Amino acid sequence: MLDDLSLRWKIPLRVLGAVIGTALAVTAALVTREYDGMRQNLEGHAKSLARVMANTLVGPVLHDDIWRAWEILQSARDPVAVAPELQADIVLVTDADFRVFVSSRPREFPIGSSPASRGGTYTRLRAALMQGEAGEQRIIDPGESPQYFVMSPLVADGVALGHVILGYSKISFLPRFLDLVGQAALVTLLVLIVIMPVSWFWARRTGAPLIALAGAMRRVPGELESARLAELPRNRDEIGQLGDAFRRMVVELKEKQELESRMLVSERLAAVGRLAAGIAHEINNPLGGMLTAIKTYQRHGQADPLAGQTMSLLERGLSQIRNTVGALLVETKTQDRPFDPSDIDDLLILVEAEAQARAVHVDVEGALDGPVPLPATLLRQILLNLLLNAIAAAELSGRVRVGISDNGGRLRLSVCNDGQHIPDAQMAYLFEPFASGREKGHGLGLWVVYQIVHQLNGGLSVESEPDCTTFKAEVPYGTK
Amino acid sequence: MKTIAANGGHTMRRRFLRASLALATSPILPARSANPPLHIGLTPVFLDDQVRFLARLRAWLERRLDRPVVFVQRGNYREVLDLVRGGKIDFAWVCGYPYVRYQRELLLVAVPVWRGRPVYQSYLIVPAGDRKTTNLLELRDKVFAYSDPDSNSGFLYPQYRLVMAGENAATFFSRTFFTWAHRKVIEAVGVGLADGGAVDGYVWATLAEINPRITGTTRVVERSSDFGHTPFVARRDISTAEFDRFRALLIDMPADPEGAQLLHELRLDGFVAGTPAMFDGIARMAARVGRA
Repeated sequence: MLDDLSLRWKIPLRVLGAVIGTALAVTAALVTREYDGMRQNLEGHAKSLARVMANTLVGPVLHDDIWRAWEILQSARDPVAVAPELQADIVLVTDADFRVFVSSRPREFPIGSSPASRGGTYTRLRAALMQGEAGEQRIIDPGESPQYFVMSPLVADGVALGHVILGYSKISFLPRFLDLVGQAALVTLLVLIVIMPVSWFWARRTGAPLIALAGAMRRVPGELESARLAELPRNRDEIGQLGDAFRRMVVELKEKQELESRMLVSERLAAVGRLAAGIAHEINNPLGGMLTAIKTYQRHGQADPLAGQTMSLLERGLSQIRNTVGALLVETKTQDRPFDPSDIDDLLILVEAEAQARAVHVDVEGALDGPVPLPATLLRQILLNLLLNAIAAAELSGRVRVGISDNGGRLRLSVCNDGQHIPDAQMAYLFEPFASGREKGHGLGLWVVYQIVHQLNGGLSVESEPDCTTFKAEVPYGTK
Repeated sequence: MKTIAANGGHTMRRRFLRASLALATSPILPARSANPPLHIGLTPVFLDDQVRFLARLRAWLERRLDRPVVFVQRGNYREVLDLVRGGKIDFAWVCGYPYVRYQRELLLVAVPVWRGRPVYQSYLIVPAGDRKTTNLLELRDKVFAYSDPDSNSGFLYPQYRLVMAGENAATFFSRTFFTWAHRKVIEAVGVGLADGGAVDGYVWATLAEINPRITGTTRVVERSSDFGHTPFVARRDISTAEFDRFRALLIDMPADPEGAQLLHELRLDGFVAGTPAMFDGIARMAARVGRA
């Protein structure tokens, strides 16, 4: 359940947990230290008080002066205690037989009585007193008792007269301790109030790149473009590296997708090309025979006007078939003159009529330095088809731009028009025969261009955006 | 000697009275360094721990006697008595018991009048929480607080009481101790340090008026018969003039407004010259206890 929580919450919650845990640990350590200090302070105080009292009480005990001893006990008592926990609960002055010489609570511990007769704590106290070294000050905790005792021996001239026993309640400093805990808790709380929003903010900041990355990843592979454009961290830490890797991955995925779709198109075109070529051959063979037969008949046949008319009709029809099939069956002729700068001028003159008809302006950018060793007829065909298409597609009074460049080894031709852009759905079938959306033309222009460029080992591409549809042909030369 | 003092005092008194009255009206006090200081020993037969009161009493005495007065206080009766017996101090306010004991070495100056008579009693007190005890003999094997071994009310009387009951006063109680002051006997019994105590009835009653919180912790169980009140005594070799003048001052004290005020704070009516016979009862008790 918690494991499935978003990092948006998980990181801040964990940070807060760490902050609170640290605060608690520090507080606990401080409180423990303070408690120890308090306890040591109390013990030190009790020990020195017991020692002073023992020294002072030697005289009264030796002289059996109970009242003086009582007055000493009273003077050791602070009537308005600043630190109540430093106040002994009970002070017992006992003789060598553990009988009360005087006590701070005479009703409970009357003079001459034995505290041990009360049983419990005091019996154990006596046992503890009897065990240890006679002349030493000791802290005695009789266990399971609500009190602990600080015992100082009353010694005169090396003889133990008895003991001064200070009894302290174990819970006497509980209020003070609780006070301390309360104070520590308050300080911790204040610190947390300051630190928590800061921690929360930083934790959110830390988590944000991961969350953005995760969001971008969710869009793969469906929306590659928006995934690529997602706001991702660009720093050099691990998340930044992840972001870089992700961007690279998206770019490569996109390239792969495009490659696949291009391959699909070119395979289809190749298949169509083979089919067309096959059909063209099959048609051309009988067609040649039929045309030859008609020619023979026209030369040697009877002068039958009706038959002559029919033969003429057949000949025209068959010629149209041969032209169409010929157009389908594009073949590069090995023997041709090289493409020349004058060819471009010729082509501009050729399309001038069409351009004027639609008031389209044709610009040429770039020029050839000299002849290029590529078959001029085919290149003229390419450029002519692209120009005619562009003029037809351009807006009325629009523009067509022709780009020509030769970088020594590759001839680049581009024709751009400002007409409506080609819809995506049509893009995939653009170079197939009879795919034209236009009513005019036979729909073989781009097919022919594609076939020619392909046979010349070049590439043909199209980019269509609103107001600018560009066809680019790139043809290599010079290398075998 | 007693007779001399009594007679001489009478004639001298008026003279000194006149002189002292004149002094009292004089705005400028005479240079006291001219006269040697008068030493007066005080014991806890009254509430001698009221320092501010003592300062006023001393100032009043100095003015009236026209000489510096030094109060001498000691931790117990004996030391004060030793001083006055040895002639180191001039007067002392002591108990009837040491007076009868050292009667030959001391002169009786005056006896306080309390509640109209120059007598007081010894009180037996127990803690207020003790509702059972009705007399001293029920305190067998208990802890008992005496005030001073030289005190009549705080020591001699309870001893006598036990002797008369056929008890051994030394072993009757499990433990005894001296507090060296009546007021402290009351405190010791009040906090339960002692199960009973013997105290000067005058001190107890006065404290009950001044500070009832202290006496409230105790309960009076027995009151003794009357004894001569705690007397002012003088060293034997004191000059008649000094003796008479001091006695006259004490006896005329109620007549002086300031003296009356001081007496009121002591809860005393005044002083009388007194006679040694007033202390015969104490002397008999001392003799009886001494034989035991």
